[in-house]
Amino acid sequence: MHVVIVGNGIAGVTAARHVRKASAGARVTMVSDETLEPFARTALMYIYMGALTLAHTQMYEERFWAENRIDRVQDRALSLDPARQRLALRDGGEMPYDRLLLATGSRPAIPPWPGASLPGVQGLYHLSDVERMERDTRGIRSAVVVGGGLIGVELAEMLGTRGVAVTFLVREARYLPRVFSEAESALVAAEVRRHGVDLRLGAEVARVEGDERARAVVTADGERWAAGFVGVGTGVRPHVDWLGGAVETGRGVLVDRQLRASAPNVWAAGDCAELRDPPAGVRPVEPIWYTARLQGATAGLGLAGRVRDYAPGVYFNSAKFFDLEWQVYGATAGDGDDWERADGARSLRIHHHDGAVTGVSALGVRLRQDVCSRWIAEGWPLDRALADLGAARFDPELTAPLLA
Amino acid sequence: MADLPLYNPGADLALFSNPAFRPTAVQRLALALVAAGVVAVIVALAGGASGAPAVWGGLALAGLGGGGVLWALAGLARPAGVRAEGTMFSSNQARGAVGWAVGLVLTGLYVVLYFWPAALGGLVALGDPLSRLLRGQPATVANGGQWFLYTTVYTLAVAVMGVRALVRYRHSRYHVVRTLSVMFFQTVIAFALPFFLVRLGEPELFFLYTWPLDYDLFFPWKVAELRETGRLGVAMLVWGVALIALITPVLTFFFGKRWYCSWVCGCGGLAETAGDPYRHLSDKSLGAWKLERWLVHGVLAVITVGTAALWVAAVADVGWLDAVAVGFSNQYGFLIGSIFAGVVGVGFYPIFGSRVWCRFGCPMAAVLGLQQRFFSRFRITTNGGQCISCGQCSAYCEMGIDVRWYAQRGQNVVRASCVGCGVCATVCPRGVLRLENGPDTSGARRAGAPANNLITDLEIL
Repeated sequence: MHVVIVGNGIAGVTAARHVRKASAGARVTMVSDETLEPFARTALMYIYMGALTLAHTQMYEERFWAENRIDRVQDRALSLDPARQRLALRDGGEMPYDRLLLATGSRPAIPPWPGASLPGVQGLYHLSDVERMERDTRGIRSAVVVGGGLIGVELAEMLGTRGVAVTFLVREARYLPRVFSEAESALVAAEVRRHGVDLRLGAEVARVEGDERARAVVTADGERWAAGFVGVGTGVRPHVDWLGGAVETGRGVLVDRQLRASAPNVWAAGDCAELRDPPAGVRPVEPIWYTARLQGATAGLGLAGRVRDYAPGVYFNSAKFFDLEWQVYGATAGDGDDWERADGARSLRIHHHDGAVTGVSALGVRLRQDVCSRWIAEGWPLDRALADLGAARFDPELTAPLLA
Repeated sequence: MADLPLYNPGADLALFSNPAFRPTAVQRLALALVAAGVVAVIVALAGGASGAPAVWGGLALAGLGGGGVLWALAGLARPAGVRAEGTMFSSNQARGAVGWAVGLVLTGLYVVLYFWPAALGGLVALGDPLSRLLRGQPATVANGGQWFLYTTVYTLAVAVMGVRALVRYRHSRYHVVRTLSVMFFQTVIAFALPFFLVRLGEPELFFLYTWPLDYDLFFPWKVAELRETGRLGVAMLVWGVALIALITPVLTFFFGKRWYCSWVCGCGGLAETAGDPYRHLSDKSLGAWKLERWLVHGVLAVITVGTAALWVAAVADVGWLDAVAVGFSNQYGFLIGSIFAGVVGVGFYPIFGSRVWCRFGCPMAAVLGLQQRFFSRFRITTNGGQCISCGQCSAYCEMGIDVRWYAQRGQNVVRASCVGCGVCATVCPRGVLRLENGPDTSGARRAGAPANNLITDLEIL
């Protein structure tokens, strides 16, 4: 059986490992145009910042791929013929498959502002984005970053390490309002400003100005910000255009609960997949690294013949806003109340509804995933969870507790 | 995993292309002071300082020490937190020309110190005023003054670069306390106390070290010598035995080998302070791990067998064994004590990282490592499925442990070589790693099974 995986991001790599573990005999081929060596996309910012080299971000030593008989092909998939079970590659001709995984990830979604296509305007997703950014930020003095998501703050941090003055334009009146409490938004905003970034909330971009490259960003209220470079972190879009009508797509490749696409023997996982019938609390398209890994594991087992439902367990995600780490578990917004404590540098918020903890959000505090997940999965009452806070601590030794 | 090339011209080019790396006014002043210190050292080496050793010595101290501290304090201008940016572009830290120059100078100084100390005569004289003050005798090559100078410079390096570490890691109380600990043990116990003992007419004793790191402590003639010196000498012997046989296993059981390697030991102290800028240069490959296990346990086996042979020779009075044993003792001192620990261990900091000796050579680390691996509660726990595989834990591990290998499969790290410096947990951007030594409440084995919140009925690769 030949299993072909398109994409070598975390979904593709995790799927390949699970196919191998569940099936010793399968032939596994992973195709990617980006790099031969799978690397951690989450670490792209650190390559630009010089905290890591590309080699440091590669997930396994070279020998791993040979030892586990996972073949890698650096080539671009151009189209899919599901009837003949063949993948058309740019350089390698047709590649037949018995089972196929689509794990092509996302692409940055740049809003259609006038001037958005000027050189020096870009998002951050692929290795080529870092290379382009390296080239286009050389010698510039100022830059604008647009979009108050997780990528926007990474771009601001990256640019700051090159001595570039950064203006950070966020459309919302506060940072991540749908995710954070007001206190949390304020804490993150203070952290961004502490690092010398000019954070402008409530700023809507009208257009990008420039000549042979971007020179400035103008907002809807007419303010003009000089920008030798414009970093865009306004979101991503599943990378599925190349499939044409080969499989059913909505925003992403439509998949069932077992992550199977509409065509036989085709699966999809990660950013590019869209769940037709998501489990409760799960978004149909969830462009999160951890989600891609969970889906990759599920799809990998499915490809190897051990089909199972995608069951991600208690939601979790994490990020780092400059020096402020963030961990989130379960549902932290919506109906219910917040229990919240902060000391000016850190905060901890427990969301509860109908007498049960539904979510936990921690800024500058490290918590144990298994403990927080248990509170939420078992619906612990708030006071029981608070009494268990000691068990949830994951801060380094000698750290003063948030609550003495 | 070839990360940085052995010589990295890209780092040298970045010196000029990246405005963020241009020194601030304070840093320029610090560099000028260091340069003045270097000039004083060169003048002294050329014999030009003999007329006024206090003046030139003072200039060297103020320049290298004061300039170093000022450079370190300049770090306060940057926000507290993990400031790893620029490391891989730095000519000094990423095997560029500056790093190679530092490495060659350090290696050269060690070679001259061990094999041609007379060439250091002019420099040794700089230590004369301090030597008279601390140990009541002049500093000349004839009375081992080069070792006084070496110890002084070593301690100064720990103190000055300790300030740098305190500034760099000021956001982490663990690192602050740990750094203060190694600074205290080096300056007070390893440096001041032995000279104080000499002033009192007692033997020069180093209470930080015992066999097998202090490899000749239990050699027959050393034991005889210490017994002859009286109560303090005997106390040193008793302390040495207690340290290796009792204190070491007990403390390592509760805290891991870190209680010694990154809190107390002078070699570790230098690595954690002066070596900290180079910690990421350790080799993370599986091949390096295999080499490490053969070498470090090989050295332990050699010193153990050798020490035993010396006692057999001494007790049984076998002529040929006596000759072999003495030859062994000399060769071990030369190859391991001088070449490995000094020339390679410290001289190669900017090329192979700060823990080459601790990882590949130190027999004490081998003992502690075996205890840590098999008889200890210490482990680095992994926080569920939070790892994002970024690789910073592995990159900044000074012992060359591929920490991410464990973290990304959700498994605790239990490794003989881990010195518990805690930097993997500090640089982790997602709070995935934690040094722990409490009793394991989950009931699982200490190393645990891979459990990264994925599919739990399969042993994941």
